[in-house]
Amino acid sequence: MSNRVTNILVPLISVILGLLVGAVIMLISGYNPITGYTALWNGIFGDLYTIGETLRQITPYILAGLAVAFAFRAGLFNIGVEGQLIVGWFAAAYVGIAVELPKIIHLPLAILAAAAAGALWGFVPGLLKAKFHVHEVIVTIMMNYIALHVTNALIKTVSGGGDRTEKIFTSASLRSEFFQNLTEFSRLHYGLLIALAMVGVMWIILEKTTLGYELKAVGFNHNASKYAGMNVNRNIILAMVISGAFAGLAGAMEALGTFEYVSSKGGFTGIGFDGIAVALLGMNTPLGVIFGATLFGSLKYGALNMPSEAKIPLEIVEIVIAVIIFFVASGYIIRLLLLRAANKKKEAK
Amino acid sequence: MEYVVEMLNIRKEFGNFVANDNITLQLKKGEIHALLGENGAGKSTLMNVLFGLYQPEGGEIRVRGKKVDITNPNIANDLGIGMVHQHFMLVENFSVTENIILGSEPTKYGVTNKKDAADRVKALSEQYGLNVDPYEIIEDISVGMQQRVEILKTLYRGAEILIFDEPTASLTPQEIIELVQIMRRLTAEGKSIILITHKLKEIMDVSDRVTVIRKGQGIGTVVTAETNPNELASLMVGRQVEFKTVKGPSFPKEEVLDIRNLVVEDYRGVAKVKNLNLNVRKGEIVGIAGIDGNGQTELIEAITGLRKVKSGTIFINEKDVTGLKPRKVTEAGVGHIPQDRHKHGLVLDFPIGHNIALQTYYSKPITKNGIIDYDKINEKAKKIIADFDVRTQGPHELARSLSGGNQQKAIIGREVDRDPDLLIAALPTRGLDVGAIEFIHSRLIEQRDNGKAVLLISFELDEVMNVSDRIAVIHDGEIVDIVTPESTTEQELGLLMAGHHTRDETNEGIKKEGEDQHVE
Repeated sequence: MSNRVTNILVPLISVILGLLVGAVIMLISGYNPITGYTALWNGIFGDLYTIGETLRQITPYILAGLAVAFAFRAGLFNIGVEGQLIVGWFAAAYVGIAVELPKIIHLPLAILAAAAAGALWGFVPGLLKAKFHVHEVIVTIMMNYIALHVTNALIKTVSGGGDRTEKIFTSASLRSEFFQNLTEFSRLHYGLLIALAMVGVMWIILEKTTLGYELKAVGFNHNASKYAGMNVNRNIILAMVISGAFAGLAGAMEALGTFEYVSSKGGFTGIGFDGIAVALLGMNTPLGVIFGATLFGSLKYGALNMPSEAKIPLEIVEIVIAVIIFFVASGYIIRLLLLRAANKKKEAK
Repeated sequence: MEYVVEMLNIRKEFGNFVANDNITLQLKKGEIHALLGENGAGKSTLMNVLFGLYQPEGGEIRVRGKKVDITNPNIANDLGIGMVHQHFMLVENFSVTENIILGSEPTKYGVTNKKDAADRVKALSEQYGLNVDPYEIIEDISVGMQQRVEILKTLYRGAEILIFDEPTASLTPQEIIELVQIMRRLTAEGKSIILITHKLKEIMDVSDRVTVIRKGQGIGTVVTAETNPNELASLMVGRQVEFKTVKGPSFPKEEVLDIRNLVVEDYRGVAKVKNLNLNVRKGEIVGIAGIDGNGQTELIEAITGLRKVKSGTIFINEKDVTGLKPRKVTEAGVGHIPQDRHKHGLVLDFPIGHNIALQTYYSKPITKNGIIDYDKINEKAKKIIADFDVRTQGPHELARSLSGGNQQKAIIGREVDRDPDLLIAALPTRGLDVGAIEFIHSRLIEQRDNGKAVLLISFELDEVMNVSDRIAVIHDGEIVDIVTPESTTEQELGLLMAGHHTRDETNEGIKKEGEDQHVE
């Protein structure tokens, strides 16, 4: 079997298996899987509006996935994407509210503020890792809580005691009349283009620049990097800063595109954590992240339609979605089984 | 004469690749039978077939005259076949006994009975002169002792046939001598040994017969006493091999490296290099001879900027490079073939092409304005791959999938290609076969003849004697003497390495050394 065939076959079989097991779960729970999956399908591709909303949902997943993947490539596990996203969200919204400027200045400024806030949130664990060998997993987890509660407090201050800020000025908004007309007034916004551009940026950094060469070398082997004269500490910090900036941009998508405000949160958004799965599904490559984010974003958004259309309780829906993702992530096992089957065939000949 | 093990016309394929083609090996009872072949010739594959890890496609195995099917290692164990692996399979923080009984713990009233096991280990250890304390923790004992634990493990399980896979690769010269004695004692007690190696000297020293394989083919079996290293080498490589490295006289010129009163500490603050003075001139190879752990690693790391210098100065081309960052030292004209090619020399998960640019990736013509040109890297890699005979599918192949010898050739190619004034070669031939060693030595000499300075660090006396123009003997962080290969002997070097300072003591020293060994 050629490599290309396996590469297409493996994800296909994974998804089908996931759907089958999901169907079994629905059957056992006494729901019709066909109506369930029809509702899921309609929730993703039902009409132009849902397609627009699905794409909107995919946007922050792409950026969160890039953030995790970028750190992974440098040998770092950034679990702090969630926190970096939250501070990015707040920073973008704040800049969007605090001043009114011409769009050409205001929008980029708000986006940059989000990236900078995320970068700062990544810088701290990077610095601690490089200078004091504190494990980035511990620091980033803690930074998530700090981000959540600090932004909640700031939102209260900014909004004068309320739970959410006012709307950002339109001059800072990513909303797109063009996209809205195209998709029956979904909230699809220009952020999708930014996310796709960032996929290109990550690819260029990793594959075309000296910095990318160093980051990858450091990610694989600290000792050899030191031997080669690279500044390992600087590369660790930079990797976390760039990763944090991607995560901050994911926050900007919510602040300037989807919601146009920031509200205080009872818990995490989950996008940052899902970013870990997105990155791993995409094997930490920029293009792979698009695939992972599409799968995640579609299923997450489409699933919302299952309780209303097919009357399947949300709990079951979440189990079914988790099963599908689980099978996609287990692609390795399927690859192994395929290989074994191919070998058997050969022996039989 | 009866054979305990017969492997007849063994054939093993991996897909289209034939790893073993019609190889026959017959092991007599009580003999040490060497299995000789270059890296990648198929020695390990053959032994894995015997040990039940691989199933052969053709041929048959007989143990004590009976045809057997060894489908897994447990069957091999039951047949009395034991393997002493090159990379020890020991749990570091377990005791010797705990490691030996691991997997088949004896119990008494449902509780592991370590006492009895320890007594048995002790008895076995005494019987074969292994000198192992059953209660010691693995991480506290030397590498040589750990290997003896591996041997005990096989004996404890009743092995009659022991396979030693490259047993001397990580041992010091002293430990090798001890190992040879142990192997002799084992055969005297009726055990039979298969010794996998590519070191001719060992074979000549210990083996009774040798089976040679080359590129997966069985070449034949010869009686050691009736052959010589030259013949073995040409059987193994398939052509004539030069042992005594050919080299003309050296014509040293200006000093390139000048080390004055260097003190370097390890991470605990213990001085490992103590007031060391050394210089290397253009057009000469200075060899540092010494037993592992006498400050060689710290010395190299201090020169190359990988480790802090406590005091003293290092000059390269009259420029003070003490305490400079590794990149600055590299740019000052230093090439470095590191001691551990996997840890420092290569990014194993990078393609070999990327690795060849490891010190030049950031400078012109490869990088312009922060953009790296991988086409240029691959171009350069192709040239080095061709010039240094690196056997690889091309610059895109991962460094990890190359054999040790080819990895080393790639590193040497990279370092030599930068044309450094000083080339530091630390254990450049560790674990390589004669063909590769010959190649690497001639490259080092070529550098010297081109007017470069070469600093060679080696634990192998042969290598130091053959390649160096001057030999600096290091002991306990100090250069105890500087000699020339013409005016010294391996014996004298051995004594100097062991810390005997003056030459007058030499004779007395030999006697003492000999006595020490008997005591052990």
